[in-house]
Amino acid sequence: MNSAVIMGFVRFFLLLAAQLIIFNNINLFGYINPFPYILFVILFPVNGNKQLLIISSFLLGITMDLFSNSGGVHTTACLILAYARPSIFKFSFGVSYEYQTIKINDSLTSERFSFLLVSVVIHHFTLFILEVFQLSFLWDILLRTIIGTLFTLLICILLIYIFKPSKR
Amino acid sequence: MQQIFNFIFKNSHRLLFLLLLLISLVLTIQSHSFHRSKIISSANFLSGGVYERINGFSEYLNLQTQNEILVNENARLKSQLFNIKDSTLVPSLDSIKGVDKVNLIVSKVIHNSYNVYENYITIKGGEIAGIKPDMGVINSLGIIGIVDYTSPKYATVVSILNRKSQINAKIKKTNHFGSLIWDGKSTGFVQLIDVPRLAAIRKGDTIVTGGQSVIFPENINIGTIDKIYIDDQTNYYTLNVKLFNDMTNLGHVYIIKSKDRDEIINLENKQKK
Repeated sequence: MNSAVIMGFVRFFLLLAAQLIIFNNINLFGYINPFPYILFVILFPVNGNKQLLIISSFLLGITMDLFSNSGGVHTTACLILAYARPSIFKFSFGVSYEYQTIKINDSLTSERFSFLLVSVVIHHFTLFILEVFQLSFLWDILLRTIIGTLFTLLICILLIYIFKPSKR
Repeated sequence: MQQIFNFIFKNSHRLLFLLLLLISLVLTIQSHSFHRSKIISSANFLSGGVYERINGFSEYLNLQTQNEILVNENARLKSQLFNIKDSTLVPSLDSIKGVDKVNLIVSKVIHNSYNVYENYITIKGGEIAGIKPDMGVINSLGIIGIVDYTSPKYATVVSILNRKSQINAKIKKTNHFGSLIWDGKSTGFVQLIDVPRLAAIRKGDTIVTGGQSVIFPENINIGTIDKIYIDDQTNYYTLNVKLFNDMTNLGHVYIIKSKDRDEIINLENKQKK
């Protein structure tokens, strides 16, 4: 239990630092940045404390907003992702997911991939809708969501593989 | 009573979610309105300090281009200095007392964003250096933006690449005024709208600041006309302006401190009452 909490703290700060120092400065095609910081919400223990997840996602999002001058855009997207997480689990792993021992940061199966994909799409779609904040730019929102999702997904899978806990 | 408590305990994570969602939505909507919330801005000691550290490293990668920009500016200023034809036309003294109208504060960009619709720049130097909200920010090539919020050591700037920015500008040759806005499509181009159809304009004409506000003095470079459209609804010209500045690569900047600023603002406030 204790080591899981420390692990969570370390992940929170490392992901935020990596996001702010490296991933916010990539600017692919001039305007696409990956957001692998949401791995914190995705990798949160499956049966962990729900209140803790929501509060920590709020803190994660508001720190991102503080650094990128964007009001509450990242905060809202993270909160919605954190709240929708149980439903995404149900969608990807079946109804009785709570009784299985699911680990997200393990080798990629189709279930894990669909979980990652749905999570990233939900986060990015909310993020770009709120960031653009005008429905007349709908095509631009969709384009940004699609390219951003592919990019974030790629980085997330790479990060999971790099930091995968070694098998015993 | 007990049922209410039961309900709260059972749904505590849902209620918590709704509360925090409300806060974040309020912050989001505030950020899109004209008067942004002061709390969530990168002009604070935490993000300002972190950005300054990061910039300390990345600055070295751009040293060569920054040096070239400085040398070019020096060359331009020197050539102006050597080629003065009539010494009585020197415009630096503005009144009998011989006081300069405009002061410049030197500052440095520590964080620059250009990938969303509402872009902000964080600069080093704040209230201690004399920077106040609504001061203009320029560099050697042209205008960059307007100071938004300040903290003791840092300040945020509304970039000209921001949908909320609206700057008074004019065509240098004909003195016709318009408003400078950004449509969010390209970092190299901004739009000048509401230019009267009377104006005789051509592709390649220079656009400069208009001097109808206290923020920017007159005749600071912005860019050149790239394309000319006629707006169907208003029947005014809309011009696509190619910026002189590369907004994706900014180094040292100057903040314009107009001596008359406080006086003009006080006067206008009195008028409103």
